[in-house]
Amino acid sequence: MDIQIENLSKKYGNQKAVDNISFEVKPGEVLGFLGPNGAGKSTTMKMITGYLSLGEGDILLGGRSVRGQSDEFKRHIGYLPENNPLYLDMEVIDYLEFCAALQGMKKNQIDLRVREMVAVCGLNPEKHKKIGELSKGYRQRVGLAQAMIHDPEILVLDEPTTGLDPNQIVEIRKLIRQLGKEKTVVLSTHILPEVEATCDRILIINKGKIVANGTAENLRRQAAGQEILKVKIEDGAAEEIMRELRRIKTVDLVELVDKSQNRFEVQSNTGFSSKREIFTLCVQKGWMLSELIPLETRLEDIFRNLTLN
Amino acid sequence: MHTVWTIAKKELQSYFDSLIAYILLILFLGFSGFFTWLYGSDIFMTGQASLQVFFSVAYWTLFFFAPALTMRLLAEEKKSGTIELLLTKAVTDRQVVYGKFLSAFLLVIIALLFTAPYVITLSIIGNIDAGEIICGYIGLALLSAAYISIGLYASSITTNQIVAFLLALTIGLFFHIIFDILAGNFTGFGSKLLSQLSITNHFESISRGVVDSRDLIYFGSIIFIGLFLSELSLTKRNMN
Repeated sequence: MDIQIENLSKKYGNQKAVDNISFEVKPGEVLGFLGPNGAGKSTTMKMITGYLSLGEGDILLGGRSVRGQSDEFKRHIGYLPENNPLYLDMEVIDYLEFCAALQGMKKNQIDLRVREMVAVCGLNPEKHKKIGELSKGYRQRVGLAQAMIHDPEILVLDEPTTGLDPNQIVEIRKLIRQLGKEKTVVLSTHILPEVEATCDRILIINKGKIVANGTAENLRRQAAGQEILKVKIEDGAAEEIMRELRRIKTVDLVELVDKSQNRFEVQSNTGFSSKREIFTLCVQKGWMLSELIPLETRLEDIFRNLTLN
Repeated sequence: MHTVWTIAKKELQSYFDSLIAYILLILFLGFSGFFTWLYGSDIFMTGQASLQVFFSVAYWTLFFFAPALTMRLLAEEKKSGTIELLLTKAVTDRQVVYGKFLSAFLLVIIALLFTAPYVITLSIIGNIDAGEIICGYIGLALLSAAYISIGLYASSITTNQIVAFLLALTIGLFFHIIFDILAGNFTGFGSKLLSQLSITNHFESISRGVVDSRDLIYFGSIIFIGLFLSELSLTKRNMN
């Protein structure tokens, strides 16, 4: 079941939380939803899951509009809300059985499925405890388990890894990747490396509008613009090397980072690379080029650029 | 219907898990038992094989009992955010409201069932009027349903349980006595209208042993309006 969002808007009072956004997610794809707090991520997710009604525009699930019909679609969606609210006075097993029953599962299936989810989410040692007694990491697993209990075709996860320790994060990411192979997954997060690790596509949203949409590499290429190289050249005086580097035609800017170690940062003109020229220069002058590292534009920088203005 | 029952069962379970059910059952049975059998104008004092005393005590205890049961039903879900989780399952707003209503109502029915020994004892020591007793119980059930419905609405418009409790009592108080008192201060149509709105008059008319369709419509309307408004205030999340 794919998700199509068409010109969707939602207002809270006079404020537009979501402003005319359109995108698509296909089965077998994990979409990462990025954006600063209050950008409209959660609002969009709440509309997909049927908690909030649509403003303007439309959401199509499997080609059919959810407008006014959201109750029919809830069965196909698994949802982990922000902050992972749970009934703290219920036992893990009871809670999962309750969720399965609400999703309309048959009684004989419920037992099997609950056992399966307990195993998948690593809840076995805690399954008879009350949810309120669990640590944050285990609660998060319960949240994921209840979202997946009815084997939904669409998974909407609002910040699925908050509160987990690094080991758990790796596990959960692996789980999401695995699920993403056959399901349609939308997840939101603040953790940028997480998007790269788990998502096929990234959507950056700011003030209710989509500001970037594409794979991580794609975004990098768009944002990269100018090549930046970290260079270390030995056997020469820093000033002279600076002068010579500046003479190269494709070089835009040279910065001396560390004088004692002869480290430089070389920024090329847009669309050009200076690696070959730097190498030839060193060969001519008899210098030793001991480091030449291309500096990748980090996702953090892209994110900051797109959302700070 | 299956979904409503699933929700009701879960709520009923949590009444018992959290001891609320036991405390309220003990209070209810304690109060009604004390005044029915031991104190004041009790059964031995009046010397009649009638449960009128019990009905008039329960009339008051259930009035306080109902808001205590309903205050957390929706307020807590809204406060902790679990309402979002619940409503994104394959359930409708209406099923949630009906399920919660049913759970509180079932607990009241359980409390009333525990008073069955009163009836049995009475039937042994004297000749009882079965019709009157059955009608009395029907009256108590309808009265509780009406206050639960009001309480559920109070719980649906706030995230604070204490506010929900006090609000439910305040609204309930109008139906319980204020309309009746006011009716005495007016004449003509105003008086008639107010006394029609008072739960007391309808409850007394039922517990005298006559279940009139007017009384049924009256209780049915309060229950329906309460549930309808609760559902409406859940749906209102879309309009802020």
